Amino acid sequence: MKNVFLAIGRILLPLLVIGGLSGCSNIEPWVKPYERDRLADPIMALDGDPVSTSYLQHVYESREGARGGEGAAGGGCGCN
Amino acid sequence: MLRRGLLLAATLMVFDVAHAGVLPEDRADVLYHLYDGGGVEIDGPSILVRKQVGKSLSFVGNYYVDMVSSASIDVITTASPYTEERKQWSLGMDYLRGNTTMRAGYTSSEESDYDAATYNFSVSQDMFGALTTLTLSYALGDDVVGKSNDPTFERQLDKQIYGIGLTQILTKNLISTVNFETMTDEGYLNNPYRSVRYFDSGSALGYSYESELYPNTRTSNALGIRARYFLPYRAAVEAEYRYFIDTWDVESHTAAITYIHPWKDFTFTGKFRYHDQTGAHFYSDLFSRAEATNFRGRDKELSPLTSYTFKLKAAYTFLNENQSWGFLKKGSVTASLDMLHIDFHDFSDLTALAPIGEEPLYKLDADVFQIFFSFWY
Repeated sequence: MKNVFLAIGRILLPLLVIGGLSGCSNIEPWVKPYERDRLADPIMALDGDPVSTSYLQHVYESREGARGGEGAAGGGCGCN
Repeated sequence: MLRRGLLLAATLMVFDVAHAGVLPEDRADVLYHLYDGGGVEIDGPSILVRKQVGKSLSFVGNYYVDMVSSASIDVITTASPYTEERKQWSLGMDYLRGNTTMRAGYTSSEESDYDAATYNFSVSQDMFGALTTLTLSYALGDDVVGKSNDPTFERQLDKQIYGIGLTQILTKNLISTVNFETMTDEGYLNNPYRSVRYFDSGSALGYSYESELYPNTRTSNALGIRARYFLPYRAAVEAEYRYFIDTWDVESHTAAITYIHPWKDFTFTGKFRYHDQTGAHFYSDLFSRAEATNFRGRDKELSPLTSYTFKLKAAYTFLNENQSWGFLKKGSVTASLDMLHIDFHDFSDLTALAPIGEEPLYKLDADVFQIFFSFWY
């Protein structure tokens, strides 16, 4: 599985860099700004409550062996 | 020893979900948290204030406290119940220039036997008409591990996190995010108080204890994917998945589904989360003899386990744009309860006082309660 991550990284990173360098203006946005009213609704916020989310992530990191990869907020409880 | 997860928590506290082209909203949150389960009670406040200065700068500060009273299964089998307190504060800054947002942050955490300092940096770039946001991040942690009963004990632990994230608007109703993080830890990773047990025919119980001994390095990779969809009747559903693997052979799958339903001035949220993991290669519930292996641990969080969480949350908006109070534009109060259940597959409950090898497996039930007020201005 480690090789899978390496493979993903090797493929994804150059694509992202090339995509970024090739100029954003060549790609026409397929969702226009005036079509984003639903995405702007507070219920669509990926992290509407950063303090709460960070607290819960810290609870999980204290109670489980995994960590990271969640991209949003992380904060508090004991390990013993 | 509340250290675990601090670096990540601190990193993420000051880095909101990637939105490069706009600064985060000005807001303040005052939260009270309470964790109660497995003989452990932890509560305290968390206060966050974010304020924009000029057109391109936004500052954020957070103050967080954990007050711990612990008589957990680890503590009552090998030590004495204790109380302690951890205080953490963070400062961060967002700088917006065109479609690029740069962020920097610092977090400090102090408790009687553990000090941690964390430095965070990230850059986000909006692309393709703001349909795509790419974020690169880096965090550096500098921790000092102590021991409450030995003032001369001091060990160093260095941590680094490299992250790359992509937030993508897929349709008018669907947004998704992919995050990949690599973390490296180097230094003293043990818990200085924790012990492992091993067969000992000379002992009345049939076993004895010795100090655990961890490797000095750990590297982990995590890949997380989330997608949120706007339902036709103004509600939202979110699905998320995370794959995790590390050099200690802990491998996990975590998945969750969330439903969000607004009604009048309320917003209700229900969530179910599932997590399953393998144990670390040096974990054992019962070693065959003293110093049986090079590395050894009996940390239940590093044992094979499955956890389930059911969440209920309700938010009430008591102040909106039409009825603002002075400089306050919006206000809400939110209460949530997360009910956590963990089945440990190879961690015995020694408090059952059963004959060696016949102890029941330990199960943990915990309730995590939060209530917080949020104001936008």
